[in-house]
Amino acid sequence: MDLLYKIFLDPFVQMGTAPDLLVQTLWEGLVAGVLYALIALGYVLIYKASGVFNFAQGIMVVFAALTFVGIAARLRQWGVGPGDVAAYGALVLTALVMLGLAWGVERLMLRPLVNQPEIILFMATFGLTYFLIGFGELLFGGEPKVMITDDLHLPRGALEFKMLGGFVSLQKIDVAAAIIASIMVAALALFFQKTRIGRALRAVADSHKAALSVGISLEQIWVTVWFAAGIVALATGIMWGARSDVSFALQTLALKALPVLILGGFTSIPGAIVGGVIIGVGEKLGEFYWGPLLGSGIESWLAYVIALVFLLFRPQGLFGEKIIERI
Amino acid sequence: MLYREAGQFKTTYGADQSVFPIRQDRIGIALILFVAFVLVPLLASSFVLSAVFIPVLVFALAAIGLNLLTGYAGQVSLGTGAFMGVGAYTCYKLTTYFPQVNIIVLILASGLGSAAVGTVFGLPSLRIKGFYLAVATLAAQFFLSWSFVRIPWLYNHNVSGAIEVPTRTMLGLAVTGPNATPLTRYLVVLSIVTLMTWVASNLLRGRIGRTWMAVRDMDIAAELIGIRLYSAKLLAFAVSSFYCGVAGAIMVFLWFGAAEADSFNIDQSFLILFMVIVGGLGSLIGSFFGAIFIWGLPIVLRATPEFFGLTIRAATVEHLQFMIVGALIIFFLIVEPAGLARLWQIGKQKLRVWPFPY
Repeated sequence: MDLLYKIFLDPFVQMGTAPDLLVQTLWEGLVAGVLYALIALGYVLIYKASGVFNFAQGIMVVFAALTFVGIAARLRQWGVGPGDVAAYGALVLTALVMLGLAWGVERLMLRPLVNQPEIILFMATFGLTYFLIGFGELLFGGEPKVMITDDLHLPRGALEFKMLGGFVSLQKIDVAAAIIASIMVAALALFFQKTRIGRALRAVADSHKAALSVGISLEQIWVTVWFAAGIVALATGIMWGARSDVSFALQTLALKALPVLILGGFTSIPGAIVGGVIIGVGEKLGEFYWGPLLGSGIESWLAYVIALVFLLFRPQGLFGEKIIERI
Repeated sequence: MLYREAGQFKTTYGADQSVFPIRQDRIGIALILFVAFVLVPLLASSFVLSAVFIPVLVFALAAIGLNLLTGYAGQVSLGTGAFMGVGAYTCYKLTTYFPQVNIIVLILASGLGSAAVGTVFGLPSLRIKGFYLAVATLAAQFFLSWSFVRIPWLYNHNVSGAIEVPTRTMLGLAVTGPNATPLTRYLVVLSIVTLMTWVASNLLRGRIGRTWMAVRDMDIAAELIGIRLYSAKLLAFAVSSFYCGVAGAIMVFLWFGAAEADSFNIDQSFLILFMVIVGGLGSLIGSFFGAIFIWGLPIVLRATPEFFGLTIRAATVEHLQFMIVGALIIFFLIVEPAGLARLWQIGKQKLRVWPFPY
């Protein structure tokens, strides 16, 4: 009885008596969710266009962030202008590096593996992950780096609101992250819906053969999506890097994005966002209100359990395409 | 010329359906067993035994476990490491409660605990398929990893949070614990792995294995010809977890000597998935090839610069090693997506028609 009380009543009493804490927790969940959604977005882009479940997205985030910080530091060494010029220059150069990576992946990995089963492609992205871990550490060293938030003019500090009989504090960088994420999602959605390449991408996603037969170049499409995923990775890396340091530990975030992905559905961009928010908020609420019951750290698996529960009712995720099987 | 089945006539059904119908294969397997049981213990040093042979055997057993599930029943799982952990912790608890029972019995029994847990986490497999299922099995991985840390009962409330393997003897010889010699441990591991591989190969030839393969190839079609999907999939999860659990138990008891929750993390699961894919999905011998390849490759890579008299910093070697392993995995998948087992088959086929290929 006591346990039942603790599970079903006590948390809600707590929420009712301290609404400011509830709002704070919800906000943190929302921010975490948006950032998970950014990573998930990278997966969705690639999965939609090439049917590859790209495990390397997590390490691409780290790699992009490290490249960015490394290039900025090198530019400063060479005496390029004030900090912000170097930072924005580095941003452009990193984008070019991601383009090179996309081209290399398409040329050396995807093209020879055309028409292989999904699991083989999935394993190939594992190889890519290992390669990028070694390559990144070789170039930039394994120690954590500090993200140059000031040079990028990202805001710092906290906004404090007085509400509901208490304080709610929002980190400015979180607000910026949420805004940037929304802009990216909107831009990607527009890109997919309105542009020529976007339409070609959707055609490829529907059927490789049909797309080829109407003259769409698969190679070009693949480079484009991997490049887009690289840009998303760069944005994610900067945002996560600003919240903590840029280190290889960030790649475990990729695993956090997986429940988001299956919750939203592998093929849906809005699904990634909604899934991200559900997971982020659910995780933070669970950790804050129910966590103490089980001993802390339930954040590590709660997301998966939430996703699993949703999957039992909708096996293709919330927004995924209906899976139709024929014999 | 040498490897050819011509002239070997079978007069009974039993002979026709034996595990190794070709005489050369029987000789080959006898040779391999002779080398493994007699020559290796005689020639290999203790270090090589515990750093190369024992790990390869342990990983091969785990890879067989995953291969039963992924390669034969077609259910992708990323929770192998956690199931190995369940086996190890079960064995630890069992030997705490029953110190007088033979440790090998306990190791095999701990697989049952793992099988029970695996069955529970296999429950979503009827609703969920493919990558969705793979991510769902990650729930098992993370939940179990968390439990290994957060439930102190599992490690007998040790302050360190690790499980220390106690000394257990058999026939007056120390089998586990710090006093056990690598030689004893090697022979015990080898016997268990040989036994379980033999069981698996027979399991797969029978009704159960065929059911799994039908489910793998197309589960709806399998259902239509009267296979109960749910029991087939759950049985696959149970048997696979049994194998992984035993592998985990021998990993801790006969190789590590002590372990904590971190030994069973997600990296372990991925490592074993690698072995299965590189070795060949749906092949027992492939599991061994995969374990040898993935475990041996870093050792070879580390030895190479020394061999050529180059001195490279240890950190650089490690980074290069990551890059080379990654690149080799991609290379292998491009050259032979069906894995090393397929190369083996091609080699055997070539040998059959040698020296007069047609």
